[in-house]
This record gives sequence, C-alpha cells and structure tokens, in this order.
Amino acid sequence: MATLAARSKTKILRHSALVRITHWLTVVCFLTLAVTGGEIVISHPRFYWGETGNVNMKPLFAIPIASSRDTVPTGYSYVMPDQNGWSRYLHFEAAWLLVFTALAYGIAGLANGHFRKNLLPLPGQRNVRAMRDRMVRYLRRAPTDPSEARSYNVLQRSAYVAVVFGLFPLVIWTGLALSPSFDSAFPFAVILLGGRQSARTLHFFVSWAILLFLVVHVVMVAVSGFWSRFRSMITGRIAVGEEGE
Amino acid sequence: MKPITRRRLITTGLAATAGMGGLAAADRIARRYNLIPPDDQGFFGPGETLTYAAQRLMTAHSPARGFPRSMISKTPFANEVGPLGDAFKHHEAEGFANWRLKVDGMVAHPLSLSLADLRSLPVGAQITEVACEEGWSYVAEWIGTPLSSVLQEAGVLAQARYIVYFSIQPAWWESIDMADALHPQTFLTMGMNNGDLPVGFGGPLRLRLPRQLGYKSLKYIVRVTATDSMKSFGQGLGSASPETGYAWYAGI
Repeated sequence: MATLAARSKTKILRHSALVRITHWLTVVCFLTLAVTGGEIVISHPRFYWGETGNVNMKPLFAIPIASSRDTVPTGYSYVMPDQNGWSRYLHFEAAWLLVFTALAYGIAGLANGHFRKNLLPLPGQRNVRAMRDRMVRYLRRAPTDPSEARSYNVLQRSAYVAVVFGLFPLVIWTGLALSPSFDSAFPFAVILLGGRQSARTLHFFVSWAILLFLVVHVVMVAVSGFWSRFRSMITGRIAVGEEGE
Repeated sequence: MKPITRRRLITTGLAATAGMGGLAAADRIARRYNLIPPDDQGFFGPGETLTYAAQRLMTAHSPARGFPRSMISKTPFANEVGPLGDAFKHHEAEGFANWRLKVDGMVAHPLSLSLADLRSLPVGAQITEVACEEGWSYVAEWIGTPLSSVLQEAGVLAQARYIVYFSIQPAWWESIDMADALHPQTFLTMGMNNGDLPVGFGGPLRLRLPRQLGYKSLKYIVRVTATDSMKSFGQGLGSASPETGYAWYAGI
C-alpha cells in the first residue's frame, strides 16, 4: 500500500479528459477514413489536375494497382471486388464523427487555453533554431527535460499545430470540394483548389501527409517509452521521471 | 477518478436528459421538414441522414456550377451500361420514334409523352459536369426539358414528396426529393454537345441531375412517378442503389 501511495503521488496529469477522448475518437475516425478512402481510390486509381479527368484523358499519375472497375486500364488482367457502396457510407459517417470531435476539441481548446498553453510553441521558441536544437537532442538520444512531462516540446507543438490547424482543415476542405451539391452552394470551395480533379488529387496527398504524421507520431511515442505514453493517453497521468527513457 | 457526489450525479443526469431530449426534438424537426432520407436505417443511417439534412438545408435552391463552352470535354467518357435488353434494341431500330415517357402517380393529369412532345415543351441547355462516385468526371453541354416543366404539365399534387424515375433496363430505378425534382437544372435530357444524346451517354432520354453524382443521372428513362412515400417501391429504401449498398442521396 505504501509503495502504491508513493507511486501515485509522483504521477502528474499530462492529458485532460477532453484531449484523451477526442484523441482516440480522432484515431478511430482517421483510420476508418483512410481505409475507406483507399477502397474508393481503387475504383479509379488515376489522378488528374484541373477540372475534369477520365480514362480517355492523360492522368497526372496512376497508382500501379488493379482496379475494382473493368473500365480502368491498369495492365492487370483481373478486376478487384467493388467496395465503394459501404466505403462511401462509412467514409462520410466517420467524417461526421470527426467533425463533431473537432468541434468539441476546437471549442474547448480555445475556451480553456489548451491551444495557447500547450500547442503554440512557447515565446522564445517560435523559431527554427529552437526546433533544430530539440532535433539535435533527439538525435543524440539526450535525456528528456523534466518540463516535457507536463507539456510538449517545440517540435511536438509545431507538429501538432500543423496537423490540427493545417492538415485536418485542408483534408476536410478538399473532401467537401468533391461534393457537387456542396459546391453548388459554395463554388469557391472547389474553384480555389483549381477544379474538381485537382481537389481530388490534393485530398489524396493531404491524407498521405496525415498518415505520414501518424507514423512519425507512433515512432516518437515508441522512442519516448511506448507504454508510459500510451497509458498516459488513456489514464491522463504519467509518472515523473518515467518519460523520455 | 473523482468520487461520485450528489451534485455530479444530478448534473450528469440533467445533461443526459437534455441530450436525449435534444436528439428527440431534432428527430421530430427533421421529420417535419423532410430531412430524413429513405435509407436512414441501420449502422450507416446517422451519417447518411446528417449528410442529406445538412446539404438539403444548405443547397435547396443553389445552382450547379456552370462552365464556359471552352471547357466542354473533348473526350467525355460513357460508362459501361451492361447488355441492353430487346425492348431497348427494338426502340433503337425504330430510331426511338415510339419512345414514350409515362408520367403518373400523384399528378392531376397522367401523361404519355413522345420525344417530340418533350421537345415541344420549353427546352433548356446547361454546360455542367458529370462526376462519378469512382472519381472521374467530364463537362458537356446538355439539352433537354426541365423535369419541372413536365411535372407542371402533369399537375403534380402538393402532397408529392418524391419523384421516382425508371429506366427501360428493368433493375434501374432511382428517386429524388421535390427540391431536386423542381430544380431548374434537373433535365430530361435528349441532346448532348449540339447533337442527339448518344446511346452510350443515356440516349434517347436521360435524367440529368448535375448536383448529384453520376449514378443518380439514370439512362433510358421511360417513366416518372410522383409519390408521398417510398415505402411501396422496392425495399422502401428510396431506389435500387441502397439495395446494392450505395447511398440513396449522392450529393457527396
């Protein structure tokens, strides 16, 4: 009992309940969107630039995979099964859940100062030098600064700001621009992106950028102590001295 | 974990009750304003309903994007339609001289229109994009009679909520709500790029719906029916699409 009490005393709150809940909802939504988005791409694994694009036109690039439509020339002799029906239903359902998650996270983050306190790089660290210095410490496997148990370092903050305020709004915008009905009410959503096919190509690349972030994010969690970090995103607490091993 | 206090229990209870009450109220309002799609059942129902309701509120009257003549695609793509039946081939051999469009259901005067009858109604043109749910697209000029003119001619009744439309191909049928049916760009299309609408693109008669994806723009139309409920059509999900796993509403 005594040791348990002693241990619990050294634990500090790292993630608020709202951050933890919205984090895992985002994980579920994004993975669902990535898988269903991939399934939809398989029905036409060619990408174009501009307003229009179809198999009678030269693509910007084509992914060298088989397609779920026999109208697409892929070089493969077989056609994959059509998964677009449920993929499209599920893609938009997950997108809606993500929108509500983002609204809760965004409103709370503005109201309780989470963005200002924890996401915006600290004053004096909003420069390349601070980011480079932290990167050098990562590469040297230097021990973590104790302040990083309570909050994020400059590289984490910069990455999270880019993902939360850059990539996610972009992926939602480029996705909405693919809706002919949405574009009828807000034509500039697609015009500003250079046309329907440009919007589709950008949607694809921004999705990959988020996927790339996800990979780096999980690698960094593993490097920093996978189970302590993973646990802290569930319980919210982390033992001081446990981080950065 | 924080201990469960009486205050916490009461506030949580109140919030839950308010939440449930809010959902019930939202459901009633959505039903009253016809914001629930016919395929609102099952696991995908909430997402489908949110998409349809949100887009219907935002886009009831907005026009599909039009394009300049210079942007008409030089290489449009006619998606494959599968083998066409004998009924269609018979009409094709006759040059579609006896093609009829039946207009029935909740209308004051049921009609049977030839293509010439349709051309005698006000004919319009639009340069809009066909976007397929697969991802490809093209722009073309479409010449046809607005569905709203035909419905007006037939005297569509005020209680009609959906227009159901049928292809000569037996398993092909779709439906749209009145906002889309009465939209000025919803065309019974007979021409494309200053010629007759080719068979590959849905000729002699295709329902063009530029604010929804291509699979709602049904080819080879022979009948439109006005109804106040989709329950008695097929499985009651609104069209053949949900019966094969695709969403009834394809504005996204």
